[in-house]
Formats: sequence, C-alpha cells, structure tokens
Amino acid sequence: MSNYKAHIMICSGTSCKASESENILEAFREEIEGHDGKFKVLKTGCFGFCAQGPIVKIYPDNVYYVKVKPEDVKEIVEKHLIKGEKVERLLYEDPKDRVKLVVHDEMEFYQKQYRIALRNCGFINPENIEEYIAFSGYEALGKVLTEMTPQDVVKIVKDSGLRGRGGGGFLTGLKWELAMKSPGTEKYIICNADEGDPGAFMDRSILEGDPHSVLEAMAIGGYAIGANKGIFYIRAEYPLAIERLKIAIRQAENEGLLGKNIFNSGFDFTIEIKLGAGAFVCGEETALIHSMEGLRGEPTKKPPFPSESGYKGMPTSVNNVETYANICPIILKGSKWFSSIGAENSKGTKVFALAGKVNNVGLVEVPMGTTLREIIFEIGGGITDGKKFKAVQTGGPSGGVITEADLDTPIDYESLKAIGSMMGSGGMIVMDEDNDMVEIAKFYLDFTQDESCGKCTPCRIGTKRMYEILERLTNLEGDMDDLQKLKDLGNMIKDTALCGLGQTAPNPVLSTMRYFPQEYEAYAKREKTKSYRIDAEKCIGCTACIRVCPVNCITGKVKEAHIIDESACIACGACFTACKFGAIIKP
Amino acid sequence: MYYTVLELTQENVEGGRNLKNAKGKFVDLDTKKLDREKIDELDEYIDSLEDQKGSLIHILHKGQSLFGYLPENLQIYISRKIDIPAAKVNGVVSFYSFFTQEPRGKHTISICMGTACFVNGSDKIFNELKRELNVENNKMTEDGLFTLKDIRCVGACGLAPVVMVDDQVYGHVKVSDVSEIIKKYREED
Ligand SMILES: Cc1cc2nc3c(=O)[nH]c(=O)nc-3n(C[C@H](O)[C@H](O)[C@H](O)COP(=O)(O)O)c2cc1C
Ligand code: SF4
Ligand code: SF4
Ligand code: SF4
Ligand code: FES
Repeated sequence: MSNYKAHIMICSGTSCKASESENILEAFREEIEGHDGKFKVLKTGCFGFCAQGPIVKIYPDNVYYVKVKPEDVKEIVEKHLIKGEKVERLLYEDPKDRVKLVVHDEMEFYQKQYRIALRNCGFINPENIEEYIAFSGYEALGKVLTEMTPQDVVKIVKDSGLRGRGGGGFLTGLKWELAMKSPGTEKYIICNADEGDPGAFMDRSILEGDPHSVLEAMAIGGYAIGANKGIFYIRAEYPLAIERLKIAIRQAENEGLLGKNIFNSGFDFTIEIKLGAGAFVCGEETALIHSMEGLRGEPTKKPPFPSESGYKGMPTSVNNVETYANICPIILKGSKWFSSIGAENSKGTKVFALAGKVNNVGLVEVPMGTTLREIIFEIGGGITDGKKFKAVQTGGPSGGVITEADLDTPIDYESLKAIGSMMGSGGMIVMDEDNDMVEIAKFYLDFTQDESCGKCTPCRIGTKRMYEILERLTNLEGDMDDLQKLKDLGNMIKDTALCGLGQTAPNPVLSTMRYFPQEYEAYAKREKTKSYRIDAEKCIGCTACIRVCPVNCITGKVKEAHIIDESACIACGACFTACKFGAIIKP
Repeated sequence: MYYTVLELTQENVEGGRNLKNAKGKFVDLDTKKLDREKIDELDEYIDSLEDQKGSLIHILHKGQSLFGYLPENLQIYISRKIDIPAAKVNGVVSFYSFFTQEPRGKHTISICMGTACFVNGSDKIFNELKRELNVENNKMTEDGLFTLKDIRCVGACGLAPVVMVDDQVYGHVKVSDVSEIIKKYREED
C-alpha cells in the first residue's frame, strides 16, 4: 500500500450507499485526477458506525470523517490531502463533551468493542484479494492444508469453544466432528447467509466487507469434514453481497486458492452460490437444504441431522456466516487465545446489529459477557432524543424483550435464555417509552405467521389465532379472557410445533405479557384510546398541526386551542411531531 | 390457438381436475404469447445449467428479471421445459415472497417493515402510502405507475424509517414527506 501518499477509504456498505456514498466516491475520483496517482480511492465494507454515515477515512493519517456529502469532497482534497490540515467540521464530535475526535479508537462507540469477525471490515477493499492476503489472508488455509490433519482442525475448533452464531449456539467443532465421522461418498459444507431476522444486518456486512474470510473458512471446514464442495445459500435481497462474493470466488480461483490441488496438498475445493427467494423459514437448516434442491423450503423433522443426511442425502455441515468469520483467527492464534475471550460457556465475541431508538445505530462486536447496559448506553450512546429506555429485543422474532431491571445481564447464550429472551443471530432493537409493547408483539407475530411454511397445524393455525386475538385487543374489541387464551395458545404452540420457527414464534408475545401486563390489560379493559388529542391548556394555536395532518381532521382558529376529530384521526402521529409546544397527547 | 385454464393452484391441478370443484379465476396459459426474445434468453440460461430441476429457483429468478414478474403462462413454459409438474412450479413460486405473479408498476415503492423501521413508525408511513396511492400492499396503482410493497430490513437501519422507490433510498421519512416523494415521480411522467 506504500506507493500512495494517502488512501481515501469510503464505506460502501448498504447503509452508507443508501446515503450517497457512491456519489462521494465519484466526486473523489474526479477531484484527485491530475495528482499523479498520489492518492487512491478505495471502497471498503461497513465501518459499523452507520448512524454517522457516510464515513470517509484517510490513511495513513487515520482521520475519520463523518456524515460526508459529495459537496464536501473538494474541501477534503484541497485542505487535507494537499495542505495536510484536517477538516474540523467533518470530524466526529463526542456528544458528551463536544470535543472533536480524529481517530476512531477514541470514540466511545469503538472503545468497548473487540473485533474478531469484523477484523477487516472497513480496513480492506473487499473487492481486492491482495489486500485480504496482506492482512494474513489465506494463511490459515495454508497452515491447515500443509501442517494439519482434519482431526487437528476439528480439535482446535472444538477446544476454542466456538459456538454457532446463527442462533442455535451448537459447538461448531462438534458439528464438524459429526460430519467428519459420518460415512458418505460426497459431503457438503454450506454457508447459511439467509439472515432472515428483519432488522439485522451482521452477516450481510461481513460478506460485503470481508467476503474472503468466509470463503477461506469454508475451505477449512471442507477439509475438516471431507467435503470438496462448498455452497453459499444467500438471500436474493442482498445484491451487493452476492456481487462481492462472486468477485471474491473468481479471484480466489485465479490465485489457485480455490479449485484443484490447493497449496499442492491434493485437496480440491470449489464454492457455488445458491440464491434464496425471501422466506424466513429457509434459514432453518433442513428447510434451507430443501430450498437448495429447488423445492419449497419446508423443514423436516430432525433426526436425521444434516451432518448425517443433508444436501442430496449426504453428510452436510451448515454453518452461519459469522461463525465462519471466526475460524481463521482461531487457526492462526490458537484455541487458547480464543477461549480466553468472553464468558464461561460462551467464548469469543458476538456481533450485534444495534438499531431502533438508539443514538449510535450500527454494527458492534463485543466480547461475550459484556452487559446490555454497556452496549446500549456506552457503545450505543443512549436513547434518541433523550427519551426513556423501555426495552430491548434480542433474538428477533424468536426472542423476547428485556427491561431495565435486567440490563446488567451479561450477554451469553444461557443468561439471555434465563431472562426469557435469547442470543439469536444478533438483532438488537432498542425501544423507548413511546413504543407500544402490544403493537410490537403483534408486529413480530404478523411476521412469523406470514412466514410460517404451513406444514404443521400448531404453527399455521395457532399463530393465526394468536394474531387474531391481538387484533381484537388492539381494536378494543377484546376482553380479559383473551389474555389467558393468548398464553395458553402460545405455550401449546411452543410445545408442539415442528421446527424452530413455530417453537419460538410465541416468544415475543409471552415475554411482553410477562413484563408489561398492564399494557395488555389496558387494551383488554378497553381503557386505551386510539386517536390523538390536543391539550387545550397547552395549545397556543400555532396551526402547525393542521398543516401536517394528512386527513385534515384538525380544526381551530389561529391563536385558539385546536381540536382533533377523534373519529377521523388515523393515528399517524404527524401532529405530535409537528407540535413544538407539547400540546398533542398520544393515545 | 390459445386457451384458458383455471388458476394454477395445487388443489386445482392435483385434486380439482373436476372443474366444478376448482376455485379461482381463469387465467391465460398460452405460452406462445410470451416475448420470443426473452424466451430465447431464458432458454439459453436454462440450457447452460447442469442440474436443471435442482435449479428451479435460479430459473425463476432469471425469468422474473427478464419478464418483471412470473405470469402463469411463463410458469407453464418453465415446467414443460425442465419437465417438472406445473403445480410444483407454482408451489415454489407462491412459497417465496421474492417472486411475484402480478405485473409491476413502472416504479416499485418499497416500505421497510423491518423491526428498526417499525419501532420508528414505519407502519404509519405504510398507511399513508396506501392512502395516498389508493392501493393495497403488493398491488399496482390503476394508472400502472406504482406498485406498493413491504420489505424486511434493507440494511439501512441507521436511516429508519426507510422508503425505497426503485433503487433510490429515502431515509428518516416522515408521514408528511410521503406526498412529496410520490409527487416527484408522478411529475416525471
Ligand atoms: C426459523 C429459523 C430461521 C433461521 N434463520 C437462520 C439464519 O437466517 N441464518 C443462520 O445462520 N441460521 C439460521 N437459523 C439456524 C439454522 O437452522 C442453523 O442452526 C445454523 O445455520 C447453523 O449454523 P451455526 O451453527 O453456525 O449457527 C434459523 C433457524 C430457524 C429455526
Ligand atoms: S413450525 Fe411453522 S414453519 Fe416450522 S414446519 Fe411447522 S408450519 Fe412450518
Ligand atoms: S395523528 Fe395524524 S391523523 Fe390524527 S390528528 Fe394527528 S396528524 Fe391528524
Ligand atoms: S401544533 Fe400544537 S400548539 Fe400548534 S395548534 Fe397544533 S396543538 Fe396547538
Ligand atoms: S429495519 Fe428498515 S432498514 Fe433495517
């Protein structure tokens, strides 16, 4: 990298791309033309700090610019790159003491993080294999193929204590051992990149930011279990990740790091991509295998487990993207190093997609055992608009809510389960005092009943019944009996559904009922109102609300208290946001 | 010659051969009406595949990208081409939400109903979109200009709530922004 005087790294993860990072890239390309190639513009994967995007980093100065706009580019080039002065106004400002910070390590967002899976994200150009190789890329594969037996690989992964990051938390080394020992003429190793949790983007960011780390680990896994074929199952909704994967596979093949006789070891390994088509249940491993065979993605009963009979009836290991992203460092640094990080029964780190009503929305990777409070209030910078924290949901539609009382719970598989939630794949949604927990539960249930594959009755009919009850409650047509019915149905579905989707679908409802019973009762007793109202005492008659109401249901004269026609109000909340005087009362 | 048959549901094709029991609307199954050029491209793609039956989902992706949607006659065409029963093809098409059997408007307006967007009020934006466009989810407006669609997390949660019109992302959308956004595209036409 040293021929260049400076490198300009631009985040091209989905979130920054959405906010114009492509145009910034173009603007830089134009601006630096005519500087004899002294500067180079690079696209990188997600830096993680999405709330501050688009982010531009300048190397080797290590300066971190936030919320950059295409029109800022000229100034960065003229001031920073040519004159060597920082552009103060684009530096990140610490929200606590308003001090401008230059390098990312100083920011609270990064300070508590520990990056293993995300080690290269934001540091390398994901479309260039040479940069990956410069950061120890393909060294682990070389070591495995030239110095280790498959048994050695299984042992080191087992000893590290790495557990699957896709949600189940099964020991990865043990899964590989089972597949290794299963007899079969052909075996398969699969990467599960279906990432169905709506509101999570960890796996996508890894694939967009560091695709080679996953390919390399799949080859290592293939060698361990005796598979010569790796298959990527990825959602069609992730076009950028698919594109980067294709590029990475091609580059690895050209370099001889995939294909025949890799590192002269006699080991052949190829990787193929299969596209999903938008079905949450396809993330479940047996359903995923059916979908890969071109069928409807319906789960089947386990056993047999895929490690005995999976793709095409052959021994198959299905592992998650983030799980793979941990493999190479374990091979290079050893199992002791890995198991020294994290908590008692949950080793290493976990990546979370922190989102919702939190200031620093983004990707965070923390050692297991970090508390939820640290993640939300230190790394996450607290709740937006100074509102009060209400709950946080982990585990997506399969998980549950966690309240203030449990915020000091350390993050590990067992502790989260004990408080009625779960680790899940890494979605972490923060809710504030304005969020209605019954509506949240209904939202998740709408998702799961919509995504139910319909194969077994408890899930297909049961979740629909639960949803109907919630509809009735929120329409103020329910009663107290409905609450008991909800609970009974939920527990019945948990006990009898065939696959993980159904077995966990009632969790969001049951956990919100457990922690927020009063909100359910308010609906059941029909004490809740549905429309917005105006507090005549506070209203000064500024007419701001009238102008934003999409259904024109607010009336009032200038400087007189306004009134909302409650029968016409669609509860859109626009007036609430518009009123500067706190005169609008939420339902 | 062309003919119409009942909707390609599992029940109709497998169980309900007796037309009296069949449910649904009549649909056009004439594969000759399909655009020749696009069919040639699809054929070329299918012929290049090793395992055609196992690649049904990929073939459907290709079909949808060529035709914009997967009409019944295209499903029949694919089923004959790779020798899989039409009901099975339709079973796969209807299982996956990415596939659509209805034509799309000129612009697709997608509202993110991922969790991060939902807790930031995307349901309210969704209602406003439905109202402003006078259309239901997954349907096309009468003038053929827009199709409204809910999607799950586009990965821009930092910008929640998010609306996408085709590939253009609008972040931090407020209820009062909706009519502005739509107006822009209406005026372009
Ligand atoms: C309904 C359902 C959805 C799932 N979705 C995913 C997913 O999107 N990604 C994933 O890696 N695992 C998902 N899983 C877990 C997989 O079945 C499987 O356990 C995992 O891919 C194994 O990889 P790991 O051991 O590395 O975690 C899902 C499970 C269920 C029941
Ligand atoms: S629990 Fe639901 S998703 Fe799973 S097999 Fe049964 S119906 Fe399908
Ligand atoms: S909530 Fe929406 S519809 Fe109801 S009064 Fe306010 S702006 Fe009008
Ligand atoms: S915006 Fe607030 S203060 Fe102004 S008229 Fe409406 S309710 Fe009254
Ligand atoms: S939930 Fe809408 S972008 Fe993630």
